[in-house]
Amino acid sequence: MSEARPGGFLIIFGTFLVGLVLSQLPLPDTFEWGRPEWVPMILIYWVLALPHRVGLGMAWMFGLALDLLKGSPLGLNALSLTLIAFLTLLIHQRLRMFPLWKQALMVMVLVGINQLTFHWMQAIAGNARDSFMFMLPSLVSALLWPWVFVLLRSIRRTFRVT
Amino acid sequence: MVLVLLALLLILADLNWPRMRDARSYLSLAVTPLQWLADVPGRVADDLSDLLVDRSTLLKENEQLKSEQLLLERRVQQVAALTAENIRLRELLEGKRRVQDEVMLAELIGVNPDPFLHQVLLNRGTEDGAFVGQAVLDAGGVSGQVIATTHYTSRVMLITDARHAIPVEINRNGFRAIALGKGTYEEIELEHVPDTADVREGDLLITSGLGGRFPRGYPVAVVTGVLRDPGKPFSMVTAKPTARLDKSRHLLLVKTPPSQRAEVAGTVSGAGDE
Repeated sequence: MSEARPGGFLIIFGTFLVGLVLSQLPLPDTFEWGRPEWVPMILIYWVLALPHRVGLGMAWMFGLALDLLKGSPLGLNALSLTLIAFLTLLIHQRLRMFPLWKQALMVMVLVGINQLTFHWMQAIAGNARDSFMFMLPSLVSALLWPWVFVLLRSIRRTFRVT
Repeated sequence: MVLVLLALLLILADLNWPRMRDARSYLSLAVTPLQWLADVPGRVADDLSDLLVDRSTLLKENEQLKSEQLLLERRVQQVAALTAENIRLRELLEGKRRVQDEVMLAELIGVNPDPFLHQVLLNRGTEDGAFVGQAVLDAGGVSGQVIATTHYTSRVMLITDARHAIPVEINRNGFRAIALGKGTYEEIELEHVPDTADVREGDLLITSGLGGRFPRGYPVAVVTGVLRDPGKPFSMVTAKPTARLDKSRHLLLVKTPPSQRAEVAGTVSGAGDE
């Protein structure tokens, strides 16, 4: 914390912004259901790597941004992202020790919780969901996790964000 | 835990308090650049393919467009005469004159990533005169309506969204019904159509203008199937939207607000021709 550079915040912020844009990128119809959940993945990484800098507040803020982008009731993504940020904080020390594939499994569970909370709340808000296909992104995110992890780690190391 | 509470409160406020709309549109200003950014790759790809297209293709396309234009112009010639005749007849019947709808061009800049929702994002907002409830058309027919606006963008719910309903009538005989979205781009469904109703495959459904939200007379869908099951109280009528919902990039926003539409129609009967 003492050697934190002012630029570090910008890097973290930047990766989240990229995640937000990626989550809006149009996909062909066939992949529509399997869109990886970029923002939760990036959030999990940063909470895992720098739990003292990225926490619930940041999760809440970017959840709100995601809500604005998606047009969902304000606060929905904020809620689900805060929740998984909290869960990641709880287990981050164990999670760090896991090999990548085990981490990916945990990411699947965490993103799954995110999806469940989000779609469950959406259903309460009146946007009925009629299939369980919305759980597919958690699988896709888990498959992508090793690459996301390695990429973000190299970004973190190059810019020495601590 | 404070954050979770805050989020819950925000959700409740957003769902139950109409004034959150304004707050939302201000907050959205912060993410509007991101929405533009997400659209950039597609736009660049479009531009690139425009750049790389070869001359013969362009010439061919040009020729095709010219012949299409000729056909359309021929049809328009008749439209002018028909409109005049229509107005005359309506005046004879002392009916109300129908107003020509003004439209505003808009471009699609995003599609809602949530596959359960059929929503798209347009590059027109309140600054350009877009408003909630505005009807949205494309070259083929009605595509949907504006459900939320920010300063520079507006969110459109397509007619195929599972929460959307649109009052329609059959062009052939004026039979009225309500068309519901089903959550697939290919199909909408007519609700509560009695078994005895005169509905046939291939019938064109147009907006009936009832409800005041959609202007009257725009094509909505073509009936693709009529299933009369004696065991069920109503027949199942499915139709395919005429608008190219998942393809068209350019859309039209109908500028005349519903209230004004009625007003003008009400006062026009005595006024002279424009």
